[in-house]
Amino acid sequence: MKSIILAAGALALTGTMSFAEAHSDTVRLGTEGAYPPYNFLNDAGEVDGFERALGDELCTRAELTCEWVTNDWDSIIPNLVSGNYDVIMAGMSITDERDEVIDFSDPYTQPDPSAFIAQTDVDLADGVIAAQSGTIQAAYVASEMPDATLLEFATPEEAVSAVRNGEADAVLADKAFLEPIAEEGELSFTGEDILIGGGIGLGIRESDGELKAKFDTAIQSMKDDGTLNTLIEEWLPGSATF
Amino acid sequence: MDGLAWLSCYLTTGKHIGFYWSFGTVLLLLAITAPTALLFGYGGASAARSRVAPIRWFGKTYMAIVRGVPDIAFFLFFVIALDQGIEYLRHVTLCPDWGQSVRQGNDFVVCTAAKMPLGNAPQWLHEVYGAGLAVLTFAIVFGAFAANVLFGAMRAVPRAQLETAEAYGMTRRQVTRRVLVPQMWVYALPGLSNLWMVLIKATPLLFLLGVEDIVYWARELGGTKTARFTDYPHGDWRVYYFAFLLVFYLAFTKVSEVVLSRVMARLTRGQATSGGEAQRKAA
Repeated sequence: MKSIILAAGALALTGTMSFAEAHSDTVRLGTEGAYPPYNFLNDAGEVDGFERALGDELCTRAELTCEWVTNDWDSIIPNLVSGNYDVIMAGMSITDERDEVIDFSDPYTQPDPSAFIAQTDVDLADGVIAAQSGTIQAAYVASEMPDATLLEFATPEEAVSAVRNGEADAVLADKAFLEPIAEEGELSFTGEDILIGGGIGLGIRESDGELKAKFDTAIQSMKDDGTLNTLIEEWLPGSATF
Repeated sequence: MDGLAWLSCYLTTGKHIGFYWSFGTVLLLLAITAPTALLFGYGGASAARSRVAPIRWFGKTYMAIVRGVPDIAFFLFFVIALDQGIEYLRHVTLCPDWGQSVRQGNDFVVCTAAKMPLGNAPQWLHEVYGAGLAVLTFAIVFGAFAANVLFGAMRAVPRAQLETAEAYGMTRRQVTRRVLVPQMWVYALPGLSNLWMVLIKATPLLFLLGVEDIVYWARELGGTKTARFTDYPHGDWRVYYFAFLLVFYLAFTKVSEVVLSRVMARLTRGQATSGGEAQRKAA
């Protein structure tokens, strides 16, 4: 048993050495993989979506080799801070609370409206509202809707399911995420859209200023030549462009 | 496409292949974890029986602490602590003249050469490393329970057997190897088989540790899929996927039970226990 573990360890070490030369500038991009159209796993089991397309393009422009990894939303910031990956690209809105813990690049989307989706018209003010835990939407329901009951879920998918099975009256989430769900017909938008959050940016460790500068330059160059707007129009129809 | 053709295409997407592979991952991790935990258990039990006081204290403390803390707390603690501990040790040895502090505000930062695995290592290495940490954590936790079982089993071997061996002039080590260990299994097996069942049922905790196991894939595959992002849109199918997991786990524990009861019958043969007596009368 011990020899197997040792062998595996030795393999791991030599493996690391031999690959070290091949990609000298690999940056690991952490995403959730459960938030279409921003990021999701396609039928082949690979990360896909707006952020996949954008992230790959940014890496090309910044001349970085990038690798995608998935991580649960709940632990996505702690695992960045402890160094499991180098960048968060997971539809994460730039907020002051998060900015205290990690750094954000320049935003790559305009502040996107959040919306409610429900089975029927419900009274949102004192209803049961589902949201993904640790999101700006959950924080909004908790602080701005004093009479509503907040139900938090680990994944956005579970929050929507809670409305389908009647556990909650409505879901509050990014409108771009809810639109494909509303298209299916069973659930529909209700109430007013709300503007929270300061646009979506890449989350980067505070000690990683150099990497942040590289991505900021790449984002700016995509804003300048209009390719970012093309991607937004393709993946997030209805969202504001730059 | 509809009916069987649709289903056979749907069940063979890349994502589903990942799901099927994850069963192999879970079985492999179990196959590595169980013997490692048994090793930890044997070490812990031997330490707790040692005649040297500090070793005995160490063995007893190990059992008491690990058995007294909730598993999840240990899983979450050990994986982070092991990871950062390993990286810190590598950092100290590999980059002795790195000026900055390891803790920078919220960040845990080590030099690039000390990363474990290296930042530019391929993804599978990161997965193997993560799984390795998970296995080690499982082994530490389940090893403590196994230690307790083995400690009791060693004491259950009739003292007269050991005394006879001593009378033949065997050393303490020979008594342990030739008489104590071969006979203790029959007393240990009921406890160990119970532990094996608990270990099987604890594998979904791997998901908590970031290993993409069967629970992760079942949740991902079962979730509602809208037509815009997949060729196979469907509603909330999580209940079917989780039901499948339920059947899998039930079948697995059933097979384990059958195998373990055979092992028990074999170990009982010729033993001075009520089971051994029953076998002797039946023969």
